[in-house]
Amino acid sequence: MMIPVCRLADLPRGEAFRLDIDPPVSVFHTDDGEVFAIDDTCTHQDASLADGWLEGCEVECPLHASKFDLRTGAVDAPPAKRPVRTHGVLVEDGMIYVRVSTDAPNLPPCVASRLAGGPA
Amino acid sequence: MRTVAVVGASLAGLSAARSLRGRGYDGRLVVIGDETHRPYDRPPLSKEFLAGTLGEADLSLEADDEDLRAEWLLGARATGLDRARRAVRLADGREVRTEGLVIATGAAARTLPGTEGLAGVHSLRTLDDARALRDELARGGRLVVIGGGFIGAEVASTARALGLEVTVVEVAPTPLAAPLGATMGGLVSALHADHGVRLLCGVGVKGIGGESRVDAVHLEDGRSIPADIVVVGVGARPCVEWLEGSGLALDNGVTCGADGRTGLAGVVAVGDCANWYDPRAGAHRRVEHWTGARERPDAAVATLLAGGAVEPGVPRPPYFWSDQYGVKIQFAGHAGGADSVTVEEGSPDGRDVLAVYRRAGRPVAVLGMNQPRSFTRWRKQLSAPPRQS
Ligand SMILES: Cc1cc2nc3c(=O)[nH]c(=O)nc-3n(C[C@H](O)[C@H](O)[C@H](O)COP(=O)(O)OP(=O)(O)OC[C@H]3O[C@@H](n4cnc5c(N)ncnc54)[C@H](O)[C@@H]3O)c2cc1C
Ligand code: FES
Repeated sequence: MMIPVCRLADLPRGEAFRLDIDPPVSVFHTDDGEVFAIDDTCTHQDASLADGWLEGCEVECPLHASKFDLRTGAVDAPPAKRPVRTHGVLVEDGMIYVRVSTDAPNLPPCVASRLAGGPA
Repeated sequence: MRTVAVVGASLAGLSAARSLRGRGYDGRLVVIGDETHRPYDRPPLSKEFLAGTLGEADLSLEADDEDLRAEWLLGARATGLDRARRAVRLADGREVRTEGLVIATGAAARTLPGTEGLAGVHSLRTLDDARALRDELARGGRLVVIGGGFIGAEVASTARALGLEVTVVEVAPTPLAAPLGATMGGLVSALHADHGVRLLCGVGVKGIGGESRVDAVHLEDGRSIPADIVVVGVGARPCVEWLEGSGLALDNGVTCGADGRTGLAGVVAVGDCANWYDPRAGAHRRVEHWTGARERPDAAVATLLAGGAVEPGVPRPPYFWSDQYGVKIQFAGHAGGADSVTVEEGSPDGRDVLAVYRRAGRPVAVLGMNQPRSFTRWRKQLSAPPRQS
């Protein structure tokens, strides 16, 4: 399913847009003008990667500085250990669309247990 | 270089070992650590691990399939560095001959003299410390935390959430004034009262009462606070005693350059034990934060492998986080030299501020409480290369 995100013109380079679906997905517009979509929640703890530090094709988690590759979702070093999912992106008529991955997300334990209705 | 030894098998040591391999070093790599554990993450020790929501397996800093092709000498304490023979001496009499040396021995919790052997008195630096404290907190009771710094505050917050009655004693008039300045130190430490933790400031501890087990903390003003458990959170000292007489300059840690280089060729220092030159501050600093211990070893390793021939870059300003009472506290830069602090977003009452510290109008530090997004923006701005003067 393609989900409309926002207009490309409304997302300046170097910025991110968080799509409030469950779990949230973030769309990044890099300084080089590329657009990528990955899961917004860091795999270490409950942090929003859209709040993070975007440099090149990597975003650094705003809390504990693990870096995720926007192209592959891979993480560089701890404290996060698992990658985030990447999602398909389509820009058509100036509008950004995301095709959400059907893989299971790698949510951090605190968020996963909350979604499962367990103790937070 | 055919052999590199890393002394200290925690975050900075592991990060250095990773960088060595990442930068193509293919020789013998020996990692020496006095704890028997594989590298683990310390921040959760005062937070999720203490609260019981994270287990020991979750603390591991290594990935499951990670293989650095290193010889791990664990449970082995380095006791000396013989500069002429280029050898690290170990407590068990062994020695490791090495051409390159990464010093990553971190820091150890300061203790209160005279409290050794008194049950119920804890400090918190290692996994073993955390296990012992966690087991005691689980039984409940009255906790007195000596020291209102970050570790003390986190323990207070975690213990409070576990239902203990908690008192924090801080000798300074305001907790956290050194790292955050008095105004913001006061704001952050107001979280204690918000959550029903008693904070006693401006009073020192005279002694700890109890025969075989602690029963009270005696204050210098004559008051006694009944206590079932005491946590001493009065800071840490760099673990560099083993380097006395090695020819390295030691002054509040190993004195080194912005990239960890020391006065001895082939020797670099990283992490909490390193008193590195900070070009932004124009002074040496020993910074006890996770992110520096993880990031800075890469520059040190580059210098080591290049035989000192690389120009040190300007590292990012120090950054740390803390989690207290469900509030994410983030700080970057140096508050010390600031002449003003202004709240730019949020409100002090809501405990969700973004505050910027300035010196002569230029931002030098930033504090966030539950403000990760704006915090990142300000932190980026602080990291812009310093202007040449
Ligand atoms: C409870 C706790 C909570 C923390 N929370 C935060 C936080 O929220 N945010 C943050 O930014 N930072 C936090 N920190 C700080 C952070 O954990 C440290 O900055 C980081 O661990 C430093 O890494 P290091 O490798 O330099 O030193 P350490 O982690 O101290 O490791 C040094 C290692 O060297 C070993 N060693 C010492 N001497 C010798 C010797 N002679 N021979 C062999 N081995 C030796 C030690 O046993 C230890 O294993 C916290 C620290 C603690 C203790
Ligand atoms: S929450 Fe992202 S690295 Fe910790």
